[in-house]
Amino acid sequence: MQYKSQAVAMPYFIAAIGLFVGQIIFGLILGLQYVVGDFLFPEIPFNVARMVHTNLLIVWLLFGFMGAAYYLIPEETETELFSPKLALAMFWIFLVAGALTIVGYLLVPYSTLASMTGNDILATMGREFLEQPLLTKIGIVIVALAFLFNITMTVLKGRKTVISIVLLLGLWGLAIFFLFSFYNPVNLVRDKFYWWWVVHLWVEGVWELIMAAMLAFVLIKVTGVDREVIEKWLYVIITLALVTGIIGTGHHYFWIGTPEYWQWWGSIFSALEPIPFFAMTVFAFNMVNRRRREHPNKAAVLWALGTGVMAFLGAGVWGFLHTLAPVNYFTHGSQITAAHGHMAFYGAYVMVVITMISYAMPILRGRAANSTKAQVLEMWAFWLMTIAMVFITLFLTAAGILQVWLQRVSDTPMSFMATQDQLMLFYWMREWAGVMFFIGLLAYLASFFVKGDAKGVVHG
Amino acid sequence: MSGIFTKSMARNIFYGGTTFFFLLFLALTFDTERELPNRDNRAAITPEVAAGKHIWETRNCLGCHTLLGEGAYFAPELGNVYKRRGGDFIKGWMQAMPTGAPGRRQMPQFNLTDEELDQLVAFLKYTSEINTANWPPNIEG
Ligand code: HEC
Ligand code: HEM
Ligand code: HEM
Ligand SMILES: [Fe+2]
Repeated sequence: MQYKSQAVAMPYFIAAIGLFVGQIIFGLILGLQYVVGDFLFPEIPFNVARMVHTNLLIVWLLFGFMGAAYYLIPEETETELFSPKLALAMFWIFLVAGALTIVGYLLVPYSTLASMTGNDILATMGREFLEQPLLTKIGIVIVALAFLFNITMTVLKGRKTVISIVLLLGLWGLAIFFLFSFYNPVNLVRDKFYWWWVVHLWVEGVWELIMAAMLAFVLIKVTGVDREVIEKWLYVIITLALVTGIIGTGHHYFWIGTPEYWQWWGSIFSALEPIPFFAMTVFAFNMVNRRRREHPNKAAVLWALGTGVMAFLGAGVWGFLHTLAPVNYFTHGSQITAAHGHMAFYGAYVMVVITMISYAMPILRGRAANSTKAQVLEMWAFWLMTIAMVFITLFLTAAGILQVWLQRVSDTPMSFMATQDQLMLFYWMREWAGVMFFIGLLAYLASFFVKGDAKGVVHG
Repeated sequence: MSGIFTKSMARNIFYGGTTFFFLLFLALTFDTERELPNRDNRAAITPEVAAGKHIWETRNCLGCHTLLGEGAYFAPELGNVYKRRGGDFIKGWMQAMPTGAPGRRQMPQFNLTDEELDQLVAFLKYTSEINTANWPPNIEG
């Protein structure tokens, strides 16, 4: 570790991994409720488990992004963090607020939670991914502002590299677009229209900047390739991302009451959205092939390359699959959407956070890389989780195609519930793939505790 | 990438391109807001509908159902349920939950009053009359 204050990244990474485990346990519960409909009912209804699953995902990714920024910014700017104390305070506030929210979901009826937390003053709850009580949302804004203040001040007093500027832009964008979660007009069409300004403009906009910056940072470190080259790539990738992704929001404006010209704007621009993801893949492989050094952390290199491939598959290929309006007319809100959502989130954001953790954690623990034994286990975890996610996606895609066929394309359409009965085989297979994912996750956890000869003392 | 294409060119294209397409997006948003009154059934938004939306949100119906194709995929689409089933069926349905059928997916009992049920139905009726460019493909949603 070059700068003492980078150490604050460690609790963020640990919390991220802990919440990841919680997310997957609730994923397994959801998957089981899909096939055994009354499992855990009425103690944990499906909607509650789903909120926990998706909100834990968002929160642990945010922990991951913040930890990554606290690690990366001092090194890029060549100066200590503006205030490590503030970073640590925000860590605890965020963790406690997050934990209280999850406990609230599980123990208090949602409508009671809503009236307890000021939802009658400003109604923001009950919308997908934005289910958090008003108080939690305000907490998120406060933590985000304190965090942005901290890293922005650090960048201002230090060296301004392209990587740190792009990361900052992405993180500021994240906070700014989150503000739309406070806007909830009664008019359902307008509610939905601006809801996507949070969700879509996050994952297919500003988060791509964060992802590209993190990937570029790790690639510089593990390959030793010239910064000039990597920075030029970085600009090209994020240009492609925003030029396609902003208007690409239109692929959510086909059937929610918005004007029909969005079918053209949305289809055309979002069809181009795979390009930046493809560029990231090419970028990662290109840099690793041109490497000037053999970094001892092979696991981190594997995660970095995996991110490139899986993000392209999940976001690029599976996104393209259903993004053209004539296709989306049939697949909208089906298991195809779930298939894509899983692989895209995993391939892009889960994997890039793990890439960063994989690279930084050994250094935070005082070595350049973990022992060979620990790395081998981590690579097993990589393959188990990644292959399991491919299977989850394939089974959901099969379920989705059948669902669309029986319920929407057919001349004698089946009802939703009757259709679901026909898909049970695929849902069972998805659940087993989920178990495999969980085993991979346990292997990942275990890899942190494997001893053996660590590689290299940390160099300055 | 060759030496002709410099980093500062890449940077300028990024800022220029992003600004341009963001402004274009804002222009499209502006036009959408102008067009919406013709499509979004806003004339039907009464205080009753607003109350219904509030009930819909505070019971997290979207955590199991889709509404106009967005939400969760565990239970039937409800954007057109008013047309599929009618108001009386919906009210009766809400009161009859959960079915308790073993192994079948369950929907909770929300203990809504008669007034609240009417508000919920008013919201679902308003939703079903939004012009969604003919989506879903058929009544099953
Ligand atoms: C825990 C999950 C869950 C939640 C939360 C939930 N539902 Fe349901 N709902 C279901 C399931 C599952 C079915 C199908 C049940 C069956 O067919 O046996 C269903 C069916 C329905 C139906 C009948 C649809 C049809 O086409 O016949 C209506 C209407 C309905 N729900 C309304 C609501 C409303 C309104 C809310 C919120 C106040 C809500 N649901 C919340 C799970 C849920
Ligand atoms: C890493 C980037 C991405 C992530 C994390 C992601 C994630 C998601 C998620 C979670 C949903 C479901 C939203 C909901 O619940 O309603 C969704 C929907 C969708 N995504 Fe993506 N996505 C990404 C990139 C892309 C790309 C690049 C495309 C197009 C090429 C795309 C096309 C779509 C479409 C068309 C839908 C709507 C599905 C429907 O109509 O039901 N996505 N995405
Ligand atoms: C053990 C593995 C997992 C299982 C069994 C599982 C299961 C599920 C289920 C059943 C749903 C609800 C679908 C619905 O709305 O009807 C869901 C939603 C979701 N899960 Fe998972 N999940 C798993 C892992 C993951 C992982 C690793 C991620 C992140 C990368 C993830 C991200 C999501 C997202 C984003 C949604 C919302 C999807 C959407 O709206 O399209 N899940 N999951
Ligand atoms: Fe999108």
